[in-house]
Amino acid sequence: MEKQQITGAEAMMRSLEHEGVKTLFGYPGGAIMPVYDVLYDHRDRLNHILVRHEQGAAHAAQGFARVSGEVGVCLVTSGPGATNTITGIADAMIDSTPIVVIAGQVSAGLLGTDAFQEVDLVGVTQPISKWSYQIRRAEDVAWAVARAFYVARSGRPGPVVLDFAKNAQIGMCDYEPVNLDFIRSYDPDPETDPRAVGEAVALINEARKPLVLVGQGVELGNAQEELKAFVEKADIPCGCTLLGLSALPSDHRLNKGMLGMHGNLGPNVKTNECDVLIAVGMRFDDRVTGKLETYAKQAKVIHLDIDPSEIGKNVPVDVPILGNCKRTLSLLTELIQKHEHTEWIDSFKQYEEKEYNQVIRPEVFPGEGPINMGEVVNAVSEATRHEAVLVTDVGQNQMMACRYFKHTKNRSVITSGGMGTMGFCLPAAIGATFGAPHRTVCAFMGDGGLQMTIQELGTVMEQKAPVKIVLMNNNYLGNVRQWQAMFFRHRYSFTPMMNPDYRQIASAYGIGYRRVMEREELQDGIREMLETEGAFLLEVCVVEEGNVLPMTPPGGSVNYMMLNLDC
Amino acid sequence: MENKTLYTIIVHSENIAGILNQITAVFTRRQLNIESLNVSASSIKGVHKYTITCWTTPDIIEKVVRQIEKKLDVIQAHYFTDKEIFLREVAMYKLETPKLEANAEVSKVIRRYSAHIVEVNQVFAIVEMTGMSADITSLYEELKALNCVLQFVRSGRIAVSTSCFERVNEYLAHRQERYEKGK
Repeated sequence: MEKQQITGAEAMMRSLEHEGVKTLFGYPGGAIMPVYDVLYDHRDRLNHILVRHEQGAAHAAQGFARVSGEVGVCLVTSGPGATNTITGIADAMIDSTPIVVIAGQVSAGLLGTDAFQEVDLVGVTQPISKWSYQIRRAEDVAWAVARAFYVARSGRPGPVVLDFAKNAQIGMCDYEPVNLDFIRSYDPDPETDPRAVGEAVALINEARKPLVLVGQGVELGNAQEELKAFVEKADIPCGCTLLGLSALPSDHRLNKGMLGMHGNLGPNVKTNECDVLIAVGMRFDDRVTGKLETYAKQAKVIHLDIDPSEIGKNVPVDVPILGNCKRTLSLLTELIQKHEHTEWIDSFKQYEEKEYNQVIRPEVFPGEGPINMGEVVNAVSEATRHEAVLVTDVGQNQMMACRYFKHTKNRSVITSGGMGTMGFCLPAAIGATFGAPHRTVCAFMGDGGLQMTIQELGTVMEQKAPVKIVLMNNNYLGNVRQWQAMFFRHRYSFTPMMNPDYRQIASAYGIGYRRVMEREELQDGIREMLETEGAFLLEVCVVEEGNVLPMTPPGGSVNYMMLNLDC
Repeated sequence: MENKTLYTIIVHSENIAGILNQITAVFTRRQLNIESLNVSASSIKGVHKYTITCWTTPDIIEKVVRQIEKKLDVIQAHYFTDKEIFLREVAMYKLETPKLEANAEVSKVIRRYSAHIVEVNQVFAIVEMTGMSADITSLYEELKALNCVLQFVRSGRIAVSTSCFERVNEYLAHRQERYEKGK
């Protein structure tokens, strides 16, 4: 019997379903209409979330992927629809987030003619995606989708772009589901050199002051338990990168806090004191290392990573351990001796106390004066029993949220780390509510970031997405203002910002709202936000000129952190 | 300035449109100039070979090659110093036939460089030379001094490594074997 032919658009829907996709974020337009037409018949199986701007679709797909570990999908039209996703694609690339962006494209016959809404999407996205491919024939759809999902989710995850020409959407083809798990030019889990493992084991066994740097690779590789087993057996204190914060529970006795410019004093200072530095699935970003010339020079460096191009990229590595850290951590745990490093671990205490007395206590428990950002974050974290998904925007709100929000569950931090994309928070939080429908999603943002993608309140309204928005309003672009105060002689060049009446905005979208101006109302405001079913906008008027501390000044050494603005 | 070396980078990739763009972008991001570039089919079906030369430091070349190899459709990338490869360039010199005939010195120079005359007509003659970059330049300088050159063109470098095995074949076989084993 002859098989019934279907359109490329229909093949796309079936291929997505074959990959297990149930949710997609998108926005229709001319060059993707045949796909949207077919989607109409698949809407009982594919839940399409209509965003208000394509950038929102990309960030929502990121939020979905980060919290669930599945591939986030967005569907947009050609030209401006496609270019609007670029910030999200670049963000997903630098933060290793698996998303697949399917964009319409003009018909193959019109390619290269500057047709209406034509943009060279493959050319534009090649440097910022893991793979980008143009589908020009209906019969290539099943293969391209299978390859896209395999590439996005395997190895070091990342964004994939499928540029779907209109003629391929309407063209007819035979459809046969494709399963793809091998590309000869692409090695998603490079082989681990047994000699390197031996060298690492010897270094770890002999170490007297070892330190582990926990990166997002641990979460991406689902290696949280393997990490715990490793550090517990060897008794090694850990510092977490921004994206690695929830890979190890915040209250674990070996978790010494966050690394980096605004991280905790202990792990930063100790980076330049340890004798063996074991980096797991992290990439020595300049916000973590500070001045490279003085970074961990005294230590032997062991780097576990799945991406060979990360080895020695920024910091010279003595022992590279390639491969998926779920596998390599188990390998190390099996071979190392059980150890106790009590004295070394205790030596963190003086820094913890110093930071607590000089930074944390005044920030979180000020007692009087305006409300602090850290105070808000800590209160929300406690009210959610440290179980919520934390989504942040970028800037002071992000640093405060990541410093003071605590985690008991994995995959709980969604923040734009590498790109530092303002406007990321609201759409990413929407995506997170779909990726983790049974968890509370708390979205911390500033007045600057909210206004960058504020249109997504429309998506929140339409989808009844239960995003708990905590707007920490200081009437400034706070992070830039802080730098202006510190490094540009207090010249506040275009950082004071006029705000709209958020009560009216929330009301227009039918979203619960409360404004907190006094410390006494904070707890009750948070209670109301969490008890209200669905979305809520809690506007907290925080101290206008608050500062994120401690801080390693840009270009400074990792072990030097300012505890106040004077030193 | 740091000590720079002329490195030869040999890349093997799938024969897919757009890869050259991805490879050159790695150089552009680091503000590196490509000295010469040769792209052609390799001895393996469906696999393209790129030979790229570039002046840079040992530290940077290592990172550049890893970032090239990271591209999904790139199979392998390696870098070599001139001591580790056998290399050649090809050049063509278009000369004025009357001057070639009138001045015996021209033919002498061509012979001295072991270059060949591959085409002669009443107007022009074409001389072809295969050799090292410096010799090709030096022949050009001598012919130019004799005032007989109409056109001059040279290829990018091509090179083979002096090691005894074919890395790409072995790599692909190994990949296939690991995949079958993992199944």
